Amino acid sequence: MKIPRFSRKTLCIPYAVFLVFFVIVPMLVIFFYAFTDSNMHISFSNFIKFFSDPTKLSTIVYSLVIALITTVICLAIAYPVAYILARSSMKRKFVILMLFVLPMWINFVLRVNALRELFNLLASLDGMEWLSGSNYFKTVFGMVYDFLPFMILPIYTTMLKIDPSLYEASADLGASGFTTFTRVTVPLSMPGIMSGVTMVFLPSMTNYVVSDMLGNAKVTIIGKFISDYFGNDWHMGSMIALVLLIVVFVSTWLTGGFKSEENVRGANL
Amino acid sequence: MAEHIIELQNVTKYYDDNLVIDNVSFYVNKGEFITFLGPSGCGKTTTLRMIAGFDLPSSGKILLNGQDISLLPPNRRPVNTVFQRYALFPHLNVFENIAFGLKCKKISNTYENEKGERYTKKERLSKKEISEKVKKALEIVDLEGFEKRSISTLSGGQQQRVAIARAIVNEPEILLLDEPLGALDLKMRKEMQIELKEMHRRLGITFIYVTHDQEEALTMSDTIIVMADGVVQQIGTPTKIYNEPANTFVADFIGESNIFSGTVVGDKKVKFCGKTFDCLDEFEKGEPADVVVRPEDILMTSPDRGTLVGEVISVVFKGIHYEITAQVGKYELVINSTESRRLGETIGMNISPDGIHLMKPKYTTNIFDGVITKRNTVRFADGEFECDVTQLYPGSHLDEEEYLITAAGEKIDLTDTEVKVEVGLHDISISDDAEAGGTTGRIISIIYKGDHYRLIVRTEGEDNEDFVFATDDLWNENDLVSVIIPKEKIKLTLKHTEEKKR
Repeated sequence: MKIPRFSRKTLCIPYAVFLVFFVIVPMLVIFFYAFTDSNMHISFSNFIKFFSDPTKLSTIVYSLVIALITTVICLAIAYPVAYILARSSMKRKFVILMLFVLPMWINFVLRVNALRELFNLLASLDGMEWLSGSNYFKTVFGMVYDFLPFMILPIYTTMLKIDPSLYEASADLGASGFTTFTRVTVPLSMPGIMSGVTMVFLPSMTNYVVSDMLGNAKVTIIGKFISDYFGNDWHMGSMIALVLLIVVFVSTWLTGGFKSEENVRGANL
Repeated sequence: MAEHIIELQNVTKYYDDNLVIDNVSFYVNKGEFITFLGPSGCGKTTTLRMIAGFDLPSSGKILLNGQDISLLPPNRRPVNTVFQRYALFPHLNVFENIAFGLKCKKISNTYENEKGERYTKKERLSKKEISEKVKKALEIVDLEGFEKRSISTLSGGQQQRVAIARAIVNEPEILLLDEPLGALDLKMRKEMQIELKEMHRRLGITFIYVTHDQEEALTMSDTIIVMADGVVQQIGTPTKIYNEPANTFVADFIGESNIFSGTVVGDKKVKFCGKTFDCLDEFEKGEPADVVVRPEDILMTSPDRGTLVGEVISVVFKGIHYEITAQVGKYELVINSTESRRLGETIGMNISPDGIHLMKPKYTTNIFDGVITKRNTVRFADGEFECDVTQLYPGSHLDEEEYLITAAGEKIDLTDTEVKVEVGLHDISISDDAEAGGTTGRIISIIYKGDHYRLIVRTEGEDNEDFVFATDDLWNENDLVSVIIPKEKIKLTLKHTEEKKR
């Protein structure tokens, strides 16, 4: 009787099938739709339409800017927090870390809804009326609030792994606290920063729940745009999705996300 | 007299509530190779870290060239450290690692302007100067051409060399080395010992070296500071420390030694192992003394010519000599000799006067501060012991209610009375059973004294007291044991009345 043998290759089959049907085939479908017209003829009309339409281009730019601002604010808040937590010998630092991470355990939509109600309440107060109109502010605020833990955690874990004797060595060699920070702490926590930036930047370009709920549907980010088009014009929607794919690809490449082996070690969530 | 480059004055250091350095004072001469030697946890690394500035002393002063630097941050001290695990920057290559300190440095340069006025400017080193210095440092550590290599591609020995180059390139006044050879294999370590010694000679700067390896310390140092338990045990040249150890700890820690409890019986005469020997140390007659005899100072002879006669119970070949153990009565002696002996052979042994080293015993009795409890027991050293409280008042006795009735018929409640507790070295025994004795502690030291072991047990509560005693049984260091003291062996004296009398 032949005993069925499971080699590593056979164990890969389910994943390969999944990959083909849910990643490669949909991508090809998107590619096909993007370069065809409503009569299913090959055409570059979507491509031309997209890049000659100022509203579509400005949406992309707006999306990028919102994502960029969100990322920078997240980094500005998360880095000092992670730095202080990782280097202090506080006994209760776990509790403080939990306070930042805990909101992740509550349903995302619920949290954003709560934030919207809070904004509405604030806007009804005297002197706070400006709040009801400032949709971009509210969107960015909501995104920072939602994505902050994804920035803190990777930076914190990378910093924990830095050998404290390196700080001592730096001081021993004559470096001031500031020099040690810029020349030892920052470079060594770079993998964590990169990982955090990727995890905040990409969702804040596509996650339109926040912009929809907090921006009074006045803020359109690229994710929302795609979803709108898939209501009636699959061809245009596919084209925008393809452009987004390229943007993501380029930004990942720029932040060194493909050199995964050494750089991101231990920094991924 | 040589210049004192570093001087510690009554330095004490606590980590949280633990005393790690207890009132340490010493100085280091300029250009010296000095070694802190001691077992792990003796405070040697902490002392080094205080000189580097990573830890600040809780009290006391550290002087550098006569100036108080106790509270100066590490980046402003002219000392550099070679770390135990190198602490090289993983994100920088060999060149950048070595250049790190040079890039931080600012040099005062003096210039003359058109009017002929001289002025000084703080400037950073130029790229060319830095690369020249790095190149020179790499030459010193024998790593020419390694500039571009990344740290992770280097072997342990090479990383070690980079760490040394990174420190010496800054031309520090003192180079601190924290067990730098600990991670290397034996052969590599021997090579590096010689190289470090050579480097010290060439650079002419002061080296402060930390190690727990006594051989390393003896080989390399000009001066050795032996530390144990946060206290300096002895300071001296390697020869002096080996030949004239200050106490049993030093004798036991440095090299092999036979340690006996002896008594001085006359002018330069000491009795141990049941025989009287001539010696060179002058002690008062009748004084107890710890006697140290190095294994190589015991000379074997025929049984009829030896002061001591014994039977060979073990012979071990050690390469350049044999280690022979002889049983003389109840004593065991270890002898190192190039000659071998048969097992079971009867041999005679002589020790010449200069081979016998006498030391004043550090411990003659155990003294504690105690308090009498309600049940007429005494509480001390994190435990409670049964005792005879009637010894506090001559002629007194206890009544049925356990109150003390003095000879005059006075009734006294002794609760909370402060007393001095004294227990002799031979009145203490220990047990594995934690419930058997009055208190528990860990064995922190074991020294073999020819026919018995001298143990020190330290209690782990807040009193943190030491019990010193003799035992015939061999225990293991760090064992948790309970301390048993028979009721009648606990000697109590009232603290209160003593003061009144004065």
